[in-house]
Amino acid sequence: MSTVAESRRGIALPALGHDLTRASGIGLGLAMTWFSLLVLIPLAAVMVTASTTGWSGFWSVVTNDQTAAAIRLTVTAAAGVTLFNVVTGTAIAWVLVRDRFPGKWLLEVVIDVPFALPTIVAGLVLVSLYGVDSPLGLHWANTSMSVWLAFAFVTLPFVVRMVQPVLDELEADVEEAAASLGASRFTVFRRIVLPSLVPAIAAGAALSFARAMGEYGSLVLLSGNLPFESEVTSVRILSAIENDNRAGAAAIASLLLLISLLVIVALDIIQRRVARRG
Amino acid sequence: MSIEVSGVNKKYGDFVALENIDLTLPTGQLTALLGPSGGGKTTLLRIIAGLEEADSGRVVIEGTDATRLPVQKRNVGFVFQHYAAFKHMSVARNVAFGLEIRKTPKAEVRRRVGELLELVHLSQFADRLPSQLSGGQRQRMALARALAVEPSVLLLDEPFGALDAKVRKELRDWLRRLHDEVHVTTVFVTHDQEEAMEVADEIVVVNQGRVEQVGTPDQLYDEPANDFVMGFLGEVTRLGPVRLRPHDIEVAVTPGSAGALEGTVTRLLRVGFEVRLTVQPDASPTAGGNGGGPEPVSVVLSRAHARSLDLELGSRVWLTPAVGAATVPAMVAV
Repeated sequence: MSTVAESRRGIALPALGHDLTRASGIGLGLAMTWFSLLVLIPLAAVMVTASTTGWSGFWSVVTNDQTAAAIRLTVTAAAGVTLFNVVTGTAIAWVLVRDRFPGKWLLEVVIDVPFALPTIVAGLVLVSLYGVDSPLGLHWANTSMSVWLAFAFVTLPFVVRMVQPVLDELEADVEEAAASLGASRFTVFRRIVLPSLVPAIAAGAALSFARAMGEYGSLVLLSGNLPFESEVTSVRILSAIENDNRAGAAAIASLLLLISLLVIVALDIIQRRVARRG
Repeated sequence: MSIEVSGVNKKYGDFVALENIDLTLPTGQLTALLGPSGGGKTTLLRIIAGLEEADSGRVVIEGTDATRLPVQKRNVGFVFQHYAAFKHMSVARNVAFGLEIRKTPKAEVRRRVGELLELVHLSQFADRLPSQLSGGQRQRMALARALAVEPSVLLLDEPFGALDAKVRKELRDWLRRLHDEVHVTTVFVTHDQEEAMEVADEIVVVNQGRVEQVGTPDQLYDEPANDFVMGFLGEVTRLGPVRLRPHDIEVAVTPGSAGALEGTVTRLLRVGFEVRLTVQPDASPTAGGNGGGPEPVSVVLSRAHARSLDLELGSRVWLTPAVGAATVPAMVAV
């Protein structure tokens, strides 16, 4: 039986190409070309540049004390802020969808501000509030706190905006059904609502993490870029380039790429697992 | 008495959804809440379930005052029109949900779920996701899920409303048989009079927030309390001074009985085993009808009967109400 199935598949495979209509063939071709030019080829180029120093060169760049500290700070802050966003972002989305209160439309608009603002403007906003003459008395300039703050600021909308439409679409009767079976409000949330939201939350978290990993504009002004204290990897890459160390910059960049990829894949796996299990 | 509703009122803003409802439903019966959309029947069902709160009035379930009890504590099973399946859980987990909430031992849960899936004929689909089931199967799953917690009453809100005609009919028969097997007090909402008459022991006709009539299907059909109930439970036509059902009209092709309404067949339509006639009565001073002549009368008779009378378009006919026909006086000046 299996040989029959296999031979059949062998015939079916080449025919697959003919299944595409002309229009969808052209569409696929254009999409792939565009994607390659914009994303794949530059990414490959970075990898190639990074590899020019060889494995030992790469290793020495990324284990350099200052670089390692920057990577550590960036990854912890990005991960921490993402975790924070998962909780608060879901809560904000919940409030926006389920509650009615005066000024809701305003909050609805304001949520997007961190996303829409040019990052350097965001940086200025943060400096004026948490900088040297902070009206709040919070002197977070030139500390690692400033990095966390900037990350939290720019990534705020991601989880909210991913979760909101899904929450909007949830049918009230599903929750009512669970309640009629005896589930408390908390149980309904945990066992019925949350599993439906997990894919959206994971997608928002992936975006949030990726954005934080590469953040530059909003934190340079406030963080002061102090080595071992508030310097992030994007700043390290920039200084490597300024010192004419292209290969070093590419090495750090490839590492960031790898970490982001790992996190996105991990979130995707979590999403599939949790969404399935409930 | 399983469910007692007394003095229930419910308003949405200015709209009166329910007005002073008093209703008593005996244990173990299958009751239909029948009425047009927006008439308040779903609101009444949701108030019994505790998904909605009445503005005033009391709800007593199995002798305990449930008016202030939240839905979780009322021990009711609720089935929704659009299944309300837990999409991320397998069929078996859906059914097990209520039992797991009640901290039932695992072995017991497995046994109960197995029984229930057997009951709703879904045993072979236990590990599927709801999205892999057809509408009718999903609704059967929802029913098993509601029955799992052994509710004191089972409430169904337009349970077959989202299904196509054939499946709806199958499920209807199946629900009737299931009820005869399980005997749980059941209330279901429907706007389909045929469905209500076929399935229910008792029908409560609800219209514009009020109960119009309560009775067995036969009572409602034969002795409608008013024009609305008569009109809602089946087709109605007007024959001279009375309103009655089209199949309760005797057709004769020769003048005979006194007081017969004389007219001409203007339309003849055969649908399956029955023939539908439209008869235009001759204009006469007694037939009423102010301007435009008297309104046409609809008549339904069996195909065999129509053939024996040799009816065709343009035939002259004499119409009289059949003996024992349910009639109500026609409203004056429509």
